[in-house]
Amino acid sequence: MSDVVEKTLTALPSLFDSQTGAAKISNRLKQLIKSITELTSKHDEESLIKQELSAMKEQVSAPSTSMKQMREIMVRSMYCEMLGYDASFSYIHAIKLAQQGGVMEKRVGYLAVSLFLSEGHELLLLLVNTVLKDLQSTNLIEACMALTVVAQVFPKDMIPAVLPLVEDKLSHPKEIIRRKAVLALYKFYLIAPNQVQHIHAKFRKALCDKDPGVMTSSLHIYLQLIQESPDAYKDLTGSFVTILKQVVGGKLPLDFNYHSVPAPWLQIQLLRILSLLGRDDQSTSELMYEVLDESLRRAEMNHNITYAILFECVKAVYTIHPKAELLEKAARCIGNFVLSPKINLKYLGLKALTYVVQHDAKLALQHQMTIIECLDHSDFTIKRETLELLFRITNAQNVSVIVEKMLDFLRSCSDEHTIIHLAGKVAELAEKFAPDNSWFIQTMNDVFSIGGDLLQQDISNNFLRLLAEGSESKEEDDQLRLYAVDSYLTLLNGDASHLPQRFIQVMSWVVGEYSHLQECVDQSEVIRLLMKLLEQKSVSSETRVWILSALTKISDGQTDLILELAESISSSQDTILRQQAHELRHLSLDSKLHEWVLPRGAAWDDMEVDSSLSFLDGFVSEALAAGAAPYKPPHQRQEELCEQRALNLEPYSFSLPVSLSSCSITDRHSPTLLSVSSGLSGNSTELSQKAGASTLILEGVKRVWGKDGYLPQKETAVTASPVDEPSAAVQPVGQQEAAERLEPQPEPSTQTNDKQQLASSLFVGLSTQSSTSLLGKSEAPPPRFRKKPRPHGSSLSSSSSSGTSEKSSSSRTSHNTTDSFLYGSLLEEEPAGFDHTPKSITANGLGQNKDVKEDRRTNTSQILGSDMVIVRPNTIQHNPSTSSDLTTLLPADLKDLPHSDVISLTSDPSLSVSSCRVFRDEALLLVIFISNSTETDIRDVAVQLNCDQLETVSLRGNIVDCLEGRSVSVCHYALLMDDPHTNVSFTGSVSYQIQPGHTNTLSFSGTLSTADFIRPLVVTTDEYGKLWLSLSHDVKQNLKLLTDAGDPLQTTLNALKDTLQLHIVDIIGSEGIVACRLLSGAPCLLHCRVNGSALAMWLRSPLPALPDCILYHCQRALAQH
Amino acid sequence: MQFMLLFSRQGKLRLQKWYVPLCDKEKKKITRELVQTVLARKPKMCSFLEWRDLKIVYKRYASLYFCCAIEDQDNELITLEIIHRYVELLDKYFGSVCELDIIFNFEKAYFILDEFLLGGEAQETSKKNVLKAIEQADLLQENLDFQIRLLPAST
Repeated sequence: MSDVVEKTLTALPSLFDSQTGAAKISNRLKQLIKSITELTSKHDEESLIKQELSAMKEQVSAPSTSMKQMREIMVRSMYCEMLGYDASFSYIHAIKLAQQGGVMEKRVGYLAVSLFLSEGHELLLLLVNTVLKDLQSTNLIEACMALTVVAQVFPKDMIPAVLPLVEDKLSHPKEIIRRKAVLALYKFYLIAPNQVQHIHAKFRKALCDKDPGVMTSSLHIYLQLIQESPDAYKDLTGSFVTILKQVVGGKLPLDFNYHSVPAPWLQIQLLRILSLLGRDDQSTSELMYEVLDESLRRAEMNHNITYAILFECVKAVYTIHPKAELLEKAARCIGNFVLSPKINLKYLGLKALTYVVQHDAKLALQHQMTIIECLDHSDFTIKRETLELLFRITNAQNVSVIVEKMLDFLRSCSDEHTIIHLAGKVAELAEKFAPDNSWFIQTMNDVFSIGGDLLQQDISNNFLRLLAEGSESKEEDDQLRLYAVDSYLTLLNGDASHLPQRFIQVMSWVVGEYSHLQECVDQSEVIRLLMKLLEQKSVSSETRVWILSALTKISDGQTDLILELAESISSSQDTILRQQAHELRHLSLDSKLHEWVLPRGAAWDDMEVDSSLSFLDGFVSEALAAGAAPYKPPHQRQEELCEQRALNLEPYSFSLPVSLSSCSITDRHSPTLLSVSSGLSGNSTELSQKAGASTLILEGVKRVWGKDGYLPQKETAVTASPVDEPSAAVQPVGQQEAAERLEPQPEPSTQTNDKQQLASSLFVGLSTQSSTSLLGKSEAPPPRFRKKPRPHGSSLSSSSSSGTSEKSSSSRTSHNTTDSFLYGSLLEEEPAGFDHTPKSITANGLGQNKDVKEDRRTNTSQILGSDMVIVRPNTIQHNPSTSSDLTTLLPADLKDLPHSDVISLTSDPSLSVSSCRVFRDEALLLVIFISNSTETDIRDVAVQLNCDQLETVSLRGNIVDCLEGRSVSVCHYALLMDDPHTNVSFTGSVSYQIQPGHTNTLSFSGTLSTADFIRPLVVTTDEYGKLWLSLSHDVKQNLKLLTDAGDPLQTTLNALKDTLQLHIVDIIGSEGIVACRLLSGAPCLLHCRVNGSALAMWLRSPLPALPDCILYHCQRALAQH
Repeated sequence: MQFMLLFSRQGKLRLQKWYVPLCDKEKKKITRELVQTVLARKPKMCSFLEWRDLKIVYKRYASLYFCCAIEDQDNELITLEIIHRYVELLDKYFGSVCELDIIFNFEKAYFILDEFLLGGEAQETSKKNVLKAIEQADLLQENLDFQIRLLPAST
């Protein structure tokens, strides 16, 4: 306790005398507080409070205790709870106090309830009647208190009971009651949106309330509603604009001023609402330009509150449909933030920049020196935000500098959340932009050793998958693998005791799989290294399993060493290790078997796994004949156990322990062990399926295998960048051109040299990124590491540019002369001029290429003309249109159907090919757009699509005799999927003639997922029940439950429904049933139950592979959510 | 807003208001970690902090730290001003407020907070209106108090 407190404490007695009666009652509290402050040790405090609590406990249960005393006790128990002691015995009395006490007791009682009980506490049910009574009370204060408590904690199920009363309060004469009622309804909306659906009209009335306080409160609801469905509230834009105009114009009573700024909270709320309404909507945005301009202009005072408004304004300006004039002003505003000496404002400036660079990367260029200063700032928060900003502007040229900065930060960071977050970002950048193999492996090594076991599992999984699946060129893949092996062997040769478990697992897998690529290292040496690892005490048993499976793979021909090892482990406590040792021994004794089970260096897709374990049928029938009990899957066993043990009221429950146990077993499996164990020791289909399902965390490796053997998996989405990142739109050619234009500083002499160098290496490639990123979602960057073949065109351009860009960035860093400001204005004035500027500077070959690309872009916009659909609000009007605009070219009968974004498949100088998936009820339509990028006609265009796993029902428009210059031809294929596959790839080609007799071919490829072939199955709960019983193949799995908003089950199911076109049949309590069908007709039923923090999902379908596929997509959908 | 904490320079909790349902254990853990983190920061550092998946906005007034947790899309500066407005309200109510006022009258501090923020959102931003509501409730309370004390005397 500080001196001041000490002094005042001595003066306390006199203080008490001067206080009113209310204070006297809480004398006991004062004594308590006083005696606590006098104590010196935590232990004394503990015993004092314990004493106090037991005294109180006695007192509350004594019948003679008056309400007044009870109130005093309640205050004391609140105090004890605040100090962290348990006073739960008083909870029930708090409710009693609220129920029985007079107004003053009630007030304390309600306060105690709202502090003690959180949403969902069972005692809250006892409060309902009291609240009902008080809501009907004529006493204003009582009604206020009831509304206050309702708006804080109220049992969800009891909302219907109070709803009519709260609704009535909306027309209460007193504004304080109306205000609280609005907020109570807001709370109801948050916890149970369905309950308040019918009163939306009343919300509108609240919005028009004459009292500004009530109106402000109603905006909370509107912000929430508009966030969820902006389209439904577009008609209110005018009202919001008018309100904001009035507020900004100072029309509100002066009471609402805060430091002479009119109602800043209201302004900010309105700005947020407007930005949501104006997003993606030009006409709505136009309504608000004026008021935004006004807000920007008015907020000029140098006070935090005006900056708060400015910040929100800037965000709004960049979110809604862009207007050049406003953007310019907003950009200037950001400058004020960034350059401010006040650290809070600087932070917000960085935050604003991080938001804005997604739309306009050159703003970062303007502030590069400030950004670099912030990078070395002593404040952790500033540093971290700066790295976030850098992450957004990373491209292939500055990646190594930025990643290095991030790693530096990580090394000095101790906060777990930050490490997990940033390490993930580094891994993402490394995978996306790695300049070469050695850098990539080195960076991933750093990520693994710094992030350690905190890292999210999918980082290592993605990394391993990347190595395992490789790209189109086997040679390149092997080089990468070889590099990884070399690097790991060096690490393992050193002191490996400090390495994180996750890293050792990755290393042992890679070494086990690929060490044979390194011919100059003796396998026995590798075995020795791995065995050395096994001996270390610090290595966990999970890691041991990984190491052992690696040893199993390379044990061929080293029988002596291995037998010895197997011997030593076969007495291990760990059953899994023991089992593996056993297998290891068998395999090393029988080299033929070894060869067959673990073929060295075999491609992944050549392997076949008999997951039904049919080869064991003989063994099983023998055992059964000999009297063995028939096999029961673990969940069934557990269920029976449960039934025996206790009352089980839930019909479908398969309890948590099951899934836990099955997970824990399988989690220990290394990815490759799976195949071994299912081949050798697995004695049940169920187990291996289960194992497969829950080792999903090892997605990359495991999911390659399905019931039908290899599942072709071209999908790169897991590793590919999310579309909204600014860098996502970087095109290699663009970067090249950017490098030319980079400039460090308007006045180089004022800055130190190394900062400049850092600047030029950090901000290299930014200026054109700005122009390309404005294209919106057009194309994901070609990641350096691609899993499977991609369209020729883009792969060519990516490899050529990444080669040259490396050289160019290094030579260009120090001496650049072009002025970015100059360039910036150029860009904004005339997009046409943009084409000419770079020509003179760009290297010849690439320049050519780039021009073609630019041409293509400008001309698509010409074709589309006024029909242009704005895909993102942030695209600046005059920018070249995106390929997504092609959706307008969909045939009229398809336009209204749900469809995906248009993805560019491939292009060459004369043609570009894009595709779009249209979800028709009876089939998937793959629409292919062929755009002629030249002025001249192209003849005999023919599209050929191949996909073995899909059935083509019909096709239209695949042959065009003459495609005129600058026009687009559309053809579509109706596809069906008969056998479920998680992902299906298609390939195809377009042949065409520019000159008669000379045929060119342009090939393309793409991926479709099961999700595309799934449609909702509308059934009633009864039908569902019947169907459920008739289906046989079932799969169970625990999934992640989304808990971020509202009811977790509802949220999760809605998220699944949105991504996967499912039909939610019914939700009963903590269970939900969902149905869907494959286009060919096979249904799949999903039964979901909330199980602690997980969602237990049980799928049934007549097709064995369908549940697996759907489960996979569900997991992906939830992971991405 | 997710929650608001008031704690002293010594790390003693003075007020806690949770607007999201959390179990006690979690609340204690958050409080402990957060108090440590905030107290470790130097005075010149910025008032914002990324912590777990939340944004923490804090400000020190004399010996007391006011600390709010908001979500990422919320405006940090306005949250800082919410804290300031709350301090202004306390100041007006207690008459140049000090830590002791809050220690000894923490239930009053809660009443004021509940009139100002409800369910994590700003309820009433007019200083006059908030204080009027509090005073009305106080007045009623004291009248009743008065009556109760009179009652035994009159009988």
